[in-house]
Amino acid sequence: MTTQADDELWSAIADPSRRRVLDLLVSNGDVSASWLAGHVPFSRQAVSKHLVVLEQAGLVSRRKQGREVLYQVEAHGLDQATRAMADLAAQWDRRLATIKRLAEAAHAEAAGSSPPGQGDRHEG
Amino acid sequence: MAGLVIEREVLIEAPAEVVWRTITEPDQMSQWFADRVELVVEPGAHGYLQFGDQGGPVVVETVDPPTRFSFRWNYPHGEEPVPGNSMLVEFTLTPEGSERTRLRVSESGHELLAWPDGEKQRYADEHWDGWAEYLDRLARVLAKRQPG
Repeated sequence: MTTQADDELWSAIADPSRRRVLDLLVSNGDVSASWLAGHVPFSRQAVSKHLVVLEQAGLVSRRKQGREVLYQVEAHGLDQATRAMADLAAQWDRRLATIKRLAEAAHAEAAGSSPPGQGDRHEG
Repeated sequence: MAGLVIEREVLIEAPAEVVWRTITEPDQMSQWFADRVELVVEPGAHGYLQFGDQGGPVVVETVDPPTRFSFRWNYPHGEEPVPGNSMLVEFTLTPEGSERTRLRVSESGHELLAWPDGEKQRYADEHWDGWAEYLDRLARVLAKRQPG
């Protein structure tokens, strides 16, 4: 089932601009917001906003080095995202498997027994 | 999980009409989805989904028997589901012969709907494999950079 944390995680990764920021952090490691802004086609202000969202989702962390704030990817957060993705797929696979079982049972029952019209119940 | 598009499918040995009833009738839905389902299957109808001791509203979007059924829900937030705050679940039924149906489901989140069309398309193109690969690639790059 979804949680608030999952929700933040997926919102964070869903945005293509944030994925771009995340990509840069993954391949370049400890960098500043200004450095990131120099490598993306959007403003420094937008970069800062994206970093806040990524940080809240647990995908990015920051540390101070002298007067600079450097950002880096949180491997644990990334790991969690991968697992959440797999969980969601598994959840739908389970639901589809149940639908398959129910529909096939209903079909077998209808084919194997009563004449048409029988067992046709309508409930409010 | 908002913004995510996931797509899964299954091949069912039953006609589309039977599969349709399984995915749309509330007493059937309560067997594969929520614990309790209050829903009238009509476009725009409002209903309720109960999961354990929590629940949330659901709104029916498309009802096109026996090929398309979609609804919007925003469990566990409980606000009225509208584009912008909810997940959209879409079922597509494709008959394969008279006794077999391919059932596809997709779930997409709210950010997707607020995006410009170009982004939406780019995003929709990624699907499940795209997401899995994306995360996988990030993890690999990270592992290479931080050995051990």
